[in-house]
Amino acid sequence: MSAVLSHLIVVPVVLPLVSAALLLVMGEARLPFKAHINIAATLAGLVVAALILWHVDKGGAVGVYLASNWEAPFGIVLVADRLSALMLVLVGVVSLCSALYAEAAWARAGVYFHPLFQVQLMGLNGAFLTGDFFNLFVFFEVMLAASYGLQLHGSGWPRVRSGLHYIAVNLLASALFLIGIAVLYGVVGTLTMADVAAKIALVPVGDRGLLHAGAAILAMAFLVKAAIWPLNSWLVPAYTAASAPVAALFALMTKVGVYALIRSWTLLFSSQAGPSLGFGKPVLLYGGLATLAFGALGITASRRLGRIASFSIVVSSGTLLAALGVGAPQVTSAALFYMLSATLAVSALFLLVELVERISASGRELPEVDDTPGEDTNLDDQELPLVGRVFPMSLTVLGLSFMACSVLVAGLPPLSGFIAKLSLLAAVLGVDGGRTGGAGPSYAGWTMIGLLLVSGFASTISLARAGIRHFWSVGSRFASQLKGFEAVAVLTLLVSCLLLTLWAEPVLRYTSATAAGLHAPGGYVEAVATRRARPGPAVVAPEQEGAP
Amino acid sequence: MEAILALVIGVLGGAGVWLVLRPRTFQVIMGLTLLGYAVNMFIFSMGSIVIGKPPIVTAGGVADLEHHTDPMPQSLVLTAIVIGFATTALFLVVLLAARGWSGTDHVDGTKGKP
Repeated sequence: MSAVLSHLIVVPVVLPLVSAALLLVMGEARLPFKAHINIAATLAGLVVAALILWHVDKGGAVGVYLASNWEAPFGIVLVADRLSALMLVLVGVVSLCSALYAEAAWARAGVYFHPLFQVQLMGLNGAFLTGDFFNLFVFFEVMLAASYGLQLHGSGWPRVRSGLHYIAVNLLASALFLIGIAVLYGVVGTLTMADVAAKIALVPVGDRGLLHAGAAILAMAFLVKAAIWPLNSWLVPAYTAASAPVAALFALMTKVGVYALIRSWTLLFSSQAGPSLGFGKPVLLYGGLATLAFGALGITASRRLGRIASFSIVVSSGTLLAALGVGAPQVTSAALFYMLSATLAVSALFLLVELVERISASGRELPEVDDTPGEDTNLDDQELPLVGRVFPMSLTVLGLSFMACSVLVAGLPPLSGFIAKLSLLAAVLGVDGGRTGGAGPSYAGWTMIGLLLVSGFASTISLARAGIRHFWSVGSRFASQLKGFEAVAVLTLLVSCLLLTLWAEPVLRYTSATAAGLHAPGGYVEAVATRRARPGPAVVAPEQEGAP
Repeated sequence: MEAILALVIGVLGGAGVWLVLRPRTFQVIMGLTLLGYAVNMFIFSMGSIVIGKPPIVTAGGVADLEHHTDPMPQSLVLTAIVIGFATTALFLVVLLAARGWSGTDHVDGTKGKP
């Protein structure tokens, strides 16, 4: 592992923290300047994430950062393996687009949007990097605390009402998280993920029940975050009510739950778990399938575009959980590719919801912000404000974006959504066929294949219906004005999906390497266990100090 | 002592769950607070429950669990208390905002006119 990487790992946590602190002390004034800092910090985060990805992929090693130079079981470690690096890049892309979009209007609807945004990024990045269960809890709370503020951004009764439920549910989930951690510590005696993985086979038979109970309670906290049915009733109202850039960012939050499940489940209960091998697998599989079915039903029943987007998140969560529950590397690999495509597409859809609803009279109102150029507004050559400029060919761009987005979400050819779904179906067919001696997938496998196809069909119908209503209906105001920032944000997300389509093969190769590493966690455990602390200056001359 | 501690955690947790399921926001926040206490006590009990033993090895002392208590749950519980306190305070703010919008303290705001 290179020296650059070992220090690069901490940057995704420190950079947003410093930016947030800076933005906070700047107070209420200088909004344009704060917007620049916000976007610059988010962009820098994306660059750092890409660098980490490049290092991890090139070297093939797991990067380990020792916080305060304490070695693994005693201190907190930050670990960057392929999965973490991938998630960091995903956070970078989505957050950059969300930050750009927010500058069109939403960032001016409240004073502390920018600091909250950065704190949210810190929580997300930290959760993806940490290698310690309690530290994961802390980053979860950082992320959630910022998300409570962001969800309420813009105020209004629907936001406050759904926010109340959202916060209450997540506080309960945090309590479960803590109980799970406490039981795990009581049984295994350590909270470093790699160390727990190394010691899990040594747990005596009498303590196995307690270990499983603790792991199950811990998993409940993750599953609430990942929006498994029936624990996801909080999601749709909260995400639908949230303002567009915040909802786009929230598309990442369910992925944190999924990530935590992938990480801890593969570490704790895969190849080296001894008698606990595969614990909880049926719950993930059937819970995921139920979530998938619930999401498909919800999409079909929804008329409002915001609700369709929220249910799309439920569908993607269900797909990921079920794929994880199959427990085979090739399915996990396809699921990771699906996660990239689905997250980018749903984020774009959340951004589009507001723009599309602006066309028809039924659209929700924009925040009331002062758009008149002030002293500190950037002006161009004609002395017109740069921010809030109307993008040319608004309706064309909007229509094409909506179409591309629908195709992506529904998983129709030719974009990355199709490739993701196809590889997922192929993987499920392949793994189950191999196990039962060529007799074809098991019932669960067939159910998953059927539900995947049905959910895609439901998305197609529902999105087409919404598109017809918004774009073709009589009485639309037609004065749709797409601002530059909004167009750039949406187009960036869609272009990312296009790139994902074009470079599907290298990405799939990367995800299959990721999945192989996840299902054989020996390399991860060894990298954390063998990372030694740097010798401090006190070690150089131990003789002079003398014994106390 | 284990029995008393278990009873305390059980009563706090049970009362907390019951209150969280009530329809008034004030009851919900009290329930969440009680649950927080129960969870904190639970974390604390995960170390060896002993009386009169220090958590930190001092000079000249024997460094084993016969003479010391586990310091880890104590540090965990400190962090959990701080985080729980902060999030509960945040929930209180949202609770007041909801009361302002709906004019009632029902969790769905349905009793009064929203």
